[in-house]
Amino acid sequence: MARPLLQIEGLTKRFGGVVTTDAITLEIPAGECHAIIGPNGAGKTTLISLLAGELASQGGTIWFDGRNITSVPVYRRSMIGIARSFQITSLFPDFTALDNVALSMQAHRGHSFRFWHDARGDDELRKPALAALARVGLAERASVHVRKLSHGEQRQVEIAMALATQPRLLLLDEPMAGMGSEESAYMLGLLRQLKGGVTTLLIEHDMETVFTLADRITVMVYGRIIASGDPETIRADAGVRRAYLGDKQSEDRAERNG
Amino acid sequence: MTPFLDRALDTAPESLLTPRTAVTVVLLAVLALLPVYTMLTGDAFVLTLFTRILILAIGAVSLNLIMGYGGMVSFGHAVYLGIGGYAVGILAKEGIGSGLVQWPVAIAVSAFYALIVGALSLRTRGVYFIMITLAFAQMIYYVAVGLDRYGGDDGLTIYRRSQFGNLIDLNNKTLFYYLCFALLLASIYLVSRLVNSRFGLVIRGARSNERRMRAIGFPTFRYKLTCFVIAGALCGLAGALLANHTNFISPALMHWTRSGDLIVMVVLGGLGSLFGPLIGAVTFPLLEEGLSRLTEYPDLILGPALLLVAIYLHGGIEGLLQGRRRG
Repeated sequence: MARPLLQIEGLTKRFGGVVTTDAITLEIPAGECHAIIGPNGAGKTTLISLLAGELASQGGTIWFDGRNITSVPVYRRSMIGIARSFQITSLFPDFTALDNVALSMQAHRGHSFRFWHDARGDDELRKPALAALARVGLAERASVHVRKLSHGEQRQVEIAMALATQPRLLLLDEPMAGMGSEESAYMLGLLRQLKGGVTTLLIEHDMETVFTLADRITVMVYGRIIASGDPETIRADAGVRRAYLGDKQSEDRAERNG
Repeated sequence: MTPFLDRALDTAPESLLTPRTAVTVVLLAVLALLPVYTMLTGDAFVLTLFTRILILAIGAVSLNLIMGYGGMVSFGHAVYLGIGGYAVGILAKEGIGSGLVQWPVAIAVSAFYALIVGALSLRTRGVYFIMITLAFAQMIYYVAVGLDRYGGDDGLTIYRRSQFGNLIDLNNKTLFYYLCFALLLASIYLVSRLVNSRFGLVIRGARSNERRMRAIGFPTFRYKLTCFVIAGALCGLAGALLANHTNFISPALMHWTRSGDLIVMVVLGGLGSLFGPLIGAVTFPLLEEGLSRLTEYPDLILGPALLLVAIYLHGGIEGLLQGRRRG
């Protein structure tokens, strides 16, 4: 079997006494779209932050393409091809949409100790940045300052910035959070296009999206993986149904009370 | 000149006649013609005052680079005025009078100090960063107080201004004024190139959202440190000019209140704008002077006024002229 692109072994993170990531072990082969679901506070975002390198783990190992990256700093993980989007939009509000994406590009085109030439007149950055914006459907909004964009548009810029680095592993933290139905539909189409091309780890609450996109699904509760498998397996798993998809006990209670 | 102005003022050609542009152009014209006024009236005081203003403006431009564009609020920036000044003073006392030695030394020592302090302080942020830059500046202040050979607390008189052979005679007040003016314009131009370059966008991005910068692959620390060193070097040059201007240096030059003055100039003029520091450097001493003629307690008015600027006018005077309230 081919070596998985991402391999996590016994990854652990505690905040004080709270274990948010409890010895997580997971493998994601190249090209897979892997969804992580679970109730709020299950430790999904923490897992993404650990993988992106923003948080340091207290135990376990992360392998990326066969290389141990557990202690590699965040910016270097970006360099080797791990990109993330943020659940809470995290952009450069005073820059235009194009500036935002171009900056993301710039990070991956050599060092930035270039002090003299106008970076905004640099086709080497602007053209691919515009292409990345066009890909998420924002080409005509390129010169608008990000703080003036709608929430949905800002989410699209988030994705464009992540894509601009030409990642091999894309970590998407609730890309549709707070989007209207039309925007969600557009984003779903976009994520579908990416499928198969970029290996993706997706956190999403919208079950329709998850079951449409994911090749495999992992369910987390209180920092632990309680189930992992293809969508059919997960749909059928009794433990998952109880913990997440619909609480059986509370349904029973409701029946008794009713 | 025109493309530079376009870029510098961040405006399209059709909107060149904004109040901001008008004020900037008028201010530059007045500064350029000031020595003529002095020549006609024989009023040397104004020339001396404005030479000092131009020199402090270079310091403010330098502080604006790290504070306005980079979000690094250094509360010890006057220390570079001191380091640059003492480099000139100490070398002069030891018999090395050439400006071609003194000034590069002033710049190099300032840059080196910035490298050390930046390497330590830039690992922190916010209040901690402010306190560390302040603490280091105070340390240098007390080092200067302890330099008995160079006057200690009383300071050191410089008997000969930096020598540049036949190139330029700094004793000529008009020439010295124009030299300061030219260096100020050059430093504003330098900053305008820097902040729009790839390097500058990294610095500004880090100010706006450092976490995201790191996530998209920038090792922000080394860029911020480089920016900190460039600003230190530039302010060191201002220190060398200041020593030549006053023919005297003392620890008071780098007292923490001097650092506060520089911050006030930058905030008053407009954080993160190219000509803001110059506007602030001109306005602040004139405001102080004017108010002290009106009242015995000028700070009683100046203080609240600055507070209002900080709260309501994020773009300072420069932003107000542009019609921008919140930066």
